[in-house]
Amino acid sequence: MSPHHLTPPSRLAARFATCQAERRAALVTYVMAGDPDRASSQALLSQLPAAGADIIELGMPFSDPMADGEAIQRAGQRALGDGQTLAGTLAMVREFRRQDTTTPLVLMGYLNPIQCYGETRFLGDAAAAGVDGLIVVDLPPEHGAAFTVRARDLGLARIPLVAPTTPAERLPALLAQGDGFVYRIAYNGITGRAGNAPSGDMTSALAQLREHTPLPLAVGFGIRDGDAAAAVAAVADAVVVGSALVERLETQGQAAALALVRELAERTHRRDHSIE
Amino acid sequence: MTDYPDSNGFFGGSDGYGGRYVAETLMPLIGEIEAAYDDARQDPDFNAELAALQCDYVGRATPLYLAERLSAHAGGARIYLKREDLNHTGAHKINNALGQALLARRMGRTRLIAETGAGMHGVAVATVAARLGMTCTIYMGAKDIQRQQPNVQRMRLLGARIVAVENGTATLKDAMNEALRAWVASVDDTFYVIGTVAGPAPYPRMVRDFQSVIGREARAQIVEKTGRLPHSLIACVGGGSNAMGLFHAFLDDPVALIGVEAGGEGIESGRHAASLNGGSPGVLHGNRTYLLQNADGQIQDAHSISAGLDYPGVGPEHAWLHDSGRARYVSVTDTEALAAVALCCRLEGILPALESAHALAEATRVAAELPPEAALVVCLSGRGDKDMATIIEHLPAQEADL
Repeated sequence: MSPHHLTPPSRLAARFATCQAERRAALVTYVMAGDPDRASSQALLSQLPAAGADIIELGMPFSDPMADGEAIQRAGQRALGDGQTLAGTLAMVREFRRQDTTTPLVLMGYLNPIQCYGETRFLGDAAAAGVDGLIVVDLPPEHGAAFTVRARDLGLARIPLVAPTTPAERLPALLAQGDGFVYRIAYNGITGRAGNAPSGDMTSALAQLREHTPLPLAVGFGIRDGDAAAAVAAVADAVVVGSALVERLETQGQAAALALVRELAERTHRRDHSIE
Repeated sequence: MTDYPDSNGFFGGSDGYGGRYVAETLMPLIGEIEAAYDDARQDPDFNAELAALQCDYVGRATPLYLAERLSAHAGGARIYLKREDLNHTGAHKINNALGQALLARRMGRTRLIAETGAGMHGVAVATVAARLGMTCTIYMGAKDIQRQQPNVQRMRLLGARIVAVENGTATLKDAMNEALRAWVASVDDTFYVIGTVAGPAPYPRMVRDFQSVIGREARAQIVEKTGRLPHSLIACVGGGSNAMGLFHAFLDDPVALIGVEAGGEGIESGRHAASLNGGSPGVLHGNRTYLLQNADGQIQDAHSISAGLDYPGVGPEHAWLHDSGRARYVSVTDTEALAAVALCCRLEGILPALESAHALAEATRVAAELPPEAALVVCLSGRGDKDMATIIEHLPAQEADL
């Protein structure tokens, strides 16, 4: 970034620059906003950076999450049962930003609650709250062009999802609407399946993606423990952990969830990975 | 009006209804299905095989039957019933299941999955899977499994695996969520046979096309029997596949189109499944359409005594026909539908499905307002054997009304 550049680098770009300088991968942790209740979810959010999360992915609960497995489905139901709303999720981000102005935070969810809130109003409120990026599972680039333009105008990254099924000829259009980082889904399926270490396929898939984009490459879905995180960190720029963390929170509580984040961070951040 | 949707799957332009709102994993797949479907529909061999099976296996054409005693009871227009209940497997669902299964086989898929509510679509898919030698898994809400036992047993007998869906409300919408999730995890060998005119493009158009045989036959039959077009068409609407199938051939005709939603305990009670009469536009299951949802965009529970109508959305083409005013959508309550079941049994000797009974209830109301020269065509979309447990449970209260 040129010193004469008028706008400061985004929190996402700054964090990836730091990770690159430290020759390590970034840890992205997913938690569901309002799970199991607003106050404890806010408390968990505030402790994630110190536990080692480089980027926070905050789930916006939806009644019918078609790409999510049971762990995240249940987390959404708990949050909704406690009265969580999209307005409440944005309020959580504002509260988080009162104490943390550097950790990137992206929202992940589904289109219907956003449309119900009003797309333009949502983007404005998200930017004002201190959101850095958006992952909208069911808004493909074919229908998302206007949304992307408005998001970019407000400095919100539109993080594209790339699947194993995505053919190479589809990548240019998909990545043209992408900012922040690329989220490569590890397997064909929903979130939370027991994971495997990335195969040679993943290494070559990421190499192919790098030919199409200069953006950092994150890999998520099915990364459940330190070993899996370390294996992904060896080949990707970022490791996304969601269902395992949400499940740990559900079964063992907040302290255990934070312990898992520390373990994942330790394995993700080791400097012995080649991330050239 | 008949050449919609546009290339992005929208009915009524890009601000309209439909589209492809699915996760990236499925986007390449539905593009492949669309290309394969557009190729197949222009292939004489594909159409000849479909037509032969519709005739000899399904039993088409189905009769258009003048319900004389029901018409006399209503006291006005003549009521004609399009007898989709006489199809093999007992409902209109097999028209679509057969078409999609043939497409799946053409694409080299060996496994069919489907969601089902009342079980009629599940039975139809299990049936064609058996006929074509394909494996089959049916996703069904645990609550629907309880109230539709005969169909569950039929599907098992046909060799299908039944997955009970316990999440959410354990009904049709949750079965569809789970089928979509399962499809994402098995894209290589599996074809998802969606049972209604909803889901991501091309499903709303493809299912409509496979069901439009209902309206093509009915149009020729009514003109032959009466010498002219009918006054109105009446069909029940859950997702809306039998209604779209009946309506499509008449879209450019001066014929009133009436869709009947499940009013449950009444629209004002909040316990209903009437997305057009009591919902608002949103995005669910891959398409933009009318939905039952709260102020935060969370999908709300639908309620209907009829499992096949118990869905909080509706096909996007219906949403467009609603907004454009081309079709009119009304609602009929659980109680009115039950009364129509009993009426049709006693007057015509026909046991209609609870779904179809919603259309019959509206038909008697519409007929009463019209002269005898007018003709109504009602889609009797399925037979009611599967509903016997529910009907018997409620029949004593209905007896008094007869």
